[in-house]
Amino acid sequence: MISLIPNIIFIALFSFALYLFVKNVKKIYRNINLGISIDRTDNKKTRLFQMLKIAFGQSKMIDKPIVGLLHVVVYVGFLVINIELLEIIVDGTLGTHRVFAPFLGSFYNFLIAFFEIFAFLVIVSVIIFWIRRNMLNIKRFLSLEMKGWPKNDANIILYVEIVLMVLFLTMNGADLWIQQNAPEFNYISAGSFPVSQYLLPLFDSFSSNSVFIIERSAWWLHIIGILCFLNYLYYSKHLHILLAFPNTYFANLNAKGKFTNLKSVTNEVKMMLDPSIDPYSSTSSVEISKFGASDVFDLSKIQLLNAYTCTECGRCTSECPANQTGKKLSPRKIMMDTRDRMETVGKNIDNNKGKFISDGKELLSDYISKEELWACTSCNACVEACPIGIDPLSIIMDMRRYLVMEKSDAPSELNNMMSNIENNGAPWPFNQMDKLNWKNEI
Amino acid sequence: MKKIEIHTFSELISQGKTPEILFWVGCAGSFDDRAKKITKAFANILTQANVSFAVLGSEEGCTGDPAKRAGNEFLFQMQALTNIEVLNGYNIKKIVTTCPHCFNTLKNEYPELGGNYDVMHHTQFIKSLLKEGRVSVKGGVFKGKRITFHDPCYLGRANNVYEAPRDVLEKLDVELSEMKSCKQKGLCCGAGGAQMFKDAEKGDKEINIKRTEEALETKPDIIASGCPFCNTMLSDGIKYKKKENEIEVLDIAELINQASDL
Ligand code: SF4
Ligand code: SF4
Repeated sequence: MISLIPNIIFIALFSFALYLFVKNVKKIYRNINLGISIDRTDNKKTRLFQMLKIAFGQSKMIDKPIVGLLHVVVYVGFLVINIELLEIIVDGTLGTHRVFAPFLGSFYNFLIAFFEIFAFLVIVSVIIFWIRRNMLNIKRFLSLEMKGWPKNDANIILYVEIVLMVLFLTMNGADLWIQQNAPEFNYISAGSFPVSQYLLPLFDSFSSNSVFIIERSAWWLHIIGILCFLNYLYYSKHLHILLAFPNTYFANLNAKGKFTNLKSVTNEVKMMLDPSIDPYSSTSSVEISKFGASDVFDLSKIQLLNAYTCTECGRCTSECPANQTGKKLSPRKIMMDTRDRMETVGKNIDNNKGKFISDGKELLSDYISKEELWACTSCNACVEACPIGIDPLSIIMDMRRYLVMEKSDAPSELNNMMSNIENNGAPWPFNQMDKLNWKNEI
Repeated sequence: MKKIEIHTFSELISQGKTPEILFWVGCAGSFDDRAKKITKAFANILTQANVSFAVLGSEEGCTGDPAKRAGNEFLFQMQALTNIEVLNGYNIKKIVTTCPHCFNTLKNEYPELGGNYDVMHHTQFIKSLLKEGRVSVKGGVFKGKRITFHDPCYLGRANNVYEAPRDVLEKLDVELSEMKSCKQKGLCCGAGGAQMFKDAEKGDKEINIKRTEEALETKPDIIASGCPFCNTMLSDGIKYKKKENEIEVLDIAELINQASDL
């Protein structure tokens, strides 16, 4: 019975972590569904290909080759170590030790060696990342929106990754020592340890029992660390390791210059242009909808998914012409604000038994200022730069639509431009009748 | 050399003729003094290449691009539906335009509203004329000149047209030197998204000055572009840098017009 205690503790811990994780996933799902549905179920093949290329293949990360390579190392490390995780879970549940070893034979050795090399490379990459982020003055890590939590979040993840990898290597090193020096523990002789073999001398001064305790502690701390990491994701920019996949799958496939045409507007404009349509007939009585977006409820589900996926890397902002010339606009901040607002709304719903009770705030004005919105040149540099298919420009445009169509709140020069178009068919005060005058100057 | 004759669709159709191509001139191309030169250069290329074309003249309204990017979807769709009625009325199939904003709007945003046309940017059109041999260029005029090409956002990133203008430039025997941010990473001139019509928000620099500086780094004799708005922004930048006597800002159409044996 006593020997079953570790299994029970493991199963309890694991189930609890999984329970919390599922709860968080549900919250994310609920919050994303606060948005408006748009149809992105077309072109399944192209979408799948896009996901494999950008999320799985990291095709946009090679834009910055060195950082891209390091990122790929950490990412592959993450993927392969998940295979190891499978064994850990089985071992923990059944009370076995290296349960896959007898089945996989020499392939098992290969796998373990592979994991170790990646664990080592991950440590190296993460140290370089930390230095880049904290010691080299890289502009995109220093912006205003990166103060406080976003900066800590980025560093916490780096520390956790190092700790997990060190635990993993310590566990393997101690295991190898026991395999060689302490037959009384009956550790199966399996695995090949190209990295942790160098740790062996460290254990020589300990008793067999102590090494056994070190091995077990590393094993437990490693898995507990991973379970904590899993539940930390929800609070972190690291959600992208999961959401990059759906996000790239559902990303826009059209030419970037193509902005959506609002259907509700089309109906009204058609009615205005064609007096024969009866505005009261059933087909034309469209529900009066809100034009554009002032809060997360008016954005699409894809835009909200974008916000959760954003990894706050700032590639968008460093390419943004407005930001580069000192304007307040930062596309990364647009995404971070959207996520913050969505979280606040989500908490509000949780606290009010599933219903949102207005808190007198909105994404527009309380989070994103008009000054930011009007600085955008709609150049698509941010969209092009994002390594995981996020579209900050679409949110900016939706908010401009709200400002102009619901609030008539455009800068006065733009109002002039628009009334020129309305009256003369050109953005300048020239008469449309004179449009061919250039011909006389040839 | 053929005399340039500009006809409208309505004129030609009343004479029983159907032009193959609509030259969509755009508001800048019709009214802005600098842009009018581009319009005339392109009209000359079309004429000399014996392209059967016409314009809409006073029947051409703003595509609605600046209104749409400013957020006024109503005004945009009013313009679009009115223009589509005219275009469909003449049964127009093929459009070529010297403005990337018109190009983008006509090509991408009109179809859903009932306007389906084969739309080309003039750099693409010139490329095909060169390829078919309908226009040929004399080497020599620009030989050895250093040219840098500024990618208009609405041609490049918005529509993935990066090569056509460069292919045309190559024919001119020039030395093409790229800016450090070009093609997909090209920096905006600062005019898009209706910015052309307003002052910029508070910042530490104007976008067009930054872009001009990037262009100057390539030590060009000529800065080429394919957009009347980029042209204005960069010309202003060059003036600000007091380089207008050394460096010209020219459209691809103007370059070809000067170099061809038209
Ligand atoms: S589209 Fe707007 S936000 Fe995005 S990079 Fe261009 S100016 Fe910046
Ligand atoms: S939107 Fe994309 S590029 Fe911008 S910070 Fe987020 S992940 Fe990075």
